[in-house]
Amino acid sequence: MSLQFVVDGLLTGSMIGLGAIGVTLTYSILRFSNFAHGDFMAWGTYATLAVVGAIGATFGKVAPIAPLSFGWPLIVALVVGMAFTALLALLLDRVLFSRLRSQGQAIIVVMASFGASMALRSLLEFTFTSRPTYFSRAIQIAMPVGFGIRITPDQIALLLLTAVLVLGVHLLMTRTQTGRSMQALSQNAALARIVGIDVASVVRVTWIIGGALACVAGVMIGILVQIRPFMGFDMLLPMFAAAILGGIGSIPGAVLGGLIIGLAEAGAVQLIGAEWRAAVSFIILMAVLFVRPIGLFGVRER
Amino acid sequence: MSETVLEVRDLEAGYEPGVPIVRGASITVAKGEIVVVLGPNGAGKSSFIKAIAGLVPITRGTVFLDGRDITAAPAHTMVRLGLAFVPQTENIFPLMSVEDNLRVACGILERREIPGRIEEMYAAFPDLVRQRRTAAGNLSGGQRQMLAVARALIVHPKVLVLDEPSAGLSPKFVSMVFEMLADIRKSGVTILLVEQNAKAALAIGDRAYVLVEGKDRHEGIASELWNDPVVAELYLGQRPLKSEGGSAA
Repeated sequence: MSLQFVVDGLLTGSMIGLGAIGVTLTYSILRFSNFAHGDFMAWGTYATLAVVGAIGATFGKVAPIAPLSFGWPLIVALVVGMAFTALLALLLDRVLFSRLRSQGQAIIVVMASFGASMALRSLLEFTFTSRPTYFSRAIQIAMPVGFGIRITPDQIALLLLTAVLVLGVHLLMTRTQTGRSMQALSQNAALARIVGIDVASVVRVTWIIGGALACVAGVMIGILVQIRPFMGFDMLLPMFAAAILGGIGSIPGAVLGGLIIGLAEAGAVQLIGAEWRAAVSFIILMAVLFVRPIGLFGVRER
Repeated sequence: MSETVLEVRDLEAGYEPGVPIVRGASITVAKGEIVVVLGPNGAGKSSFIKAIAGLVPITRGTVFLDGRDITAAPAHTMVRLGLAFVPQTENIFPLMSVEDNLRVACGILERREIPGRIEEMYAAFPDLVRQRRTAAGNLSGGQRQMLAVARALIVHPKVLVLDEPSAGLSPKFVSMVFEMLADIRKSGVTILLVEQNAKAALAIGDRAYVLVEGKDRHEGIASELWNDPVVAELYLGQRPLKSEGGSAA
């Protein structure tokens, strides 16, 4: 068999993993499953696309940075898109989640996120139609790197970007006061307040990180696959499976979980058939819940 | 009496509106004192002390810290105001290392002050040094209590407030915790604690209050209270409570 599935799996896994970081943070710190997380991805991607369009209209056609398929406009647009998605997450929390959270019942917040997910997705369809679109229609030549594996420059760049972002978030969580406050809040919210942590500001940081990374994951899908209003919603199951496989609350776990699921999906496509792709996350999710519900890096609650 | 650090006047507090658990309790704590709040089970001791720390809604009365009204201050601002609270249970972050448990509490300190402050805590609680990289959830009961107290002391509080520090500990650790509190007071920290273990608490305390049905019913010098018949009656509930209120001391 060809080892090409390794590259495909790592790329899919990166998208899933970046999304799963937001899922796992929201779950461990705000204590609810945010079903609108996939739609943050889609909104971030469309926002990035809109900024690329605006830059194109202002500066004219910009040559791509060889050998990549995109130029500086996409990089600038991605940064703007990340900020936009972070603001969107903060706004949704302000108008919806924070009010319901104060009632103290997680299931209400979960259901609200489901509603928000539908509304956000429908707004995208309404504005941009459900027809797929692309950042670039240019076709990249994949370079052979041995063992029958081929990889494009875009794919290499995105894998590197994922590695940098994951390392950055991991260092933030473990080496900074903000990260320690986030850990503290996820372990014991009452004690976090007692030691002087302002819960509201930690919650804001959580949304900013989750939203910004969701945007990056969405843009990766946009570059490598296509842009559609359902692009994020379709990632929900793999993202939750990755977060649970890695252990809720663990950043390295979410990323490793994403990579495992991505590789398993790609492997299943090659060995069994493409129609089984979607079943993979579901099977892994069920298996984890049966065998080791706390996940790879999870710790049993005392 | 020397200068008052903490003054609680006529405090009424409870989780649900219209259902007060604390019903008009008043205490004062002077600088450098150890003050003990005793009382039978369900007297509202724990709610009283949590209300002071901003964790139970206050419906009436006032709390002054160093003459400043902190009644309405949110819980997360208490350390900045000078009040450090040690809850009875779940008073450490179990998945964080001992060192990170200390570090996470240093939010109000100057950045350059933090490493030195952590070393000072290790010097005061040598048992913690060897465990600095251990997840706090793996500590023994006594070590957890030390870590919780070190974490509270690290921010130079004006008053250290503890909710039943001996609860759930084996007798060996109970005496260790009370010795530790006596040492902390010697270093100049004012202490207010609620305790079920009256004998051990009165042995290290200066003054004590007896809280019954959410009110302070009796006050006295700690060393005299153990043999005080009024305390035995209030504590054991042998005599029906009269509505005399206030303190009999």
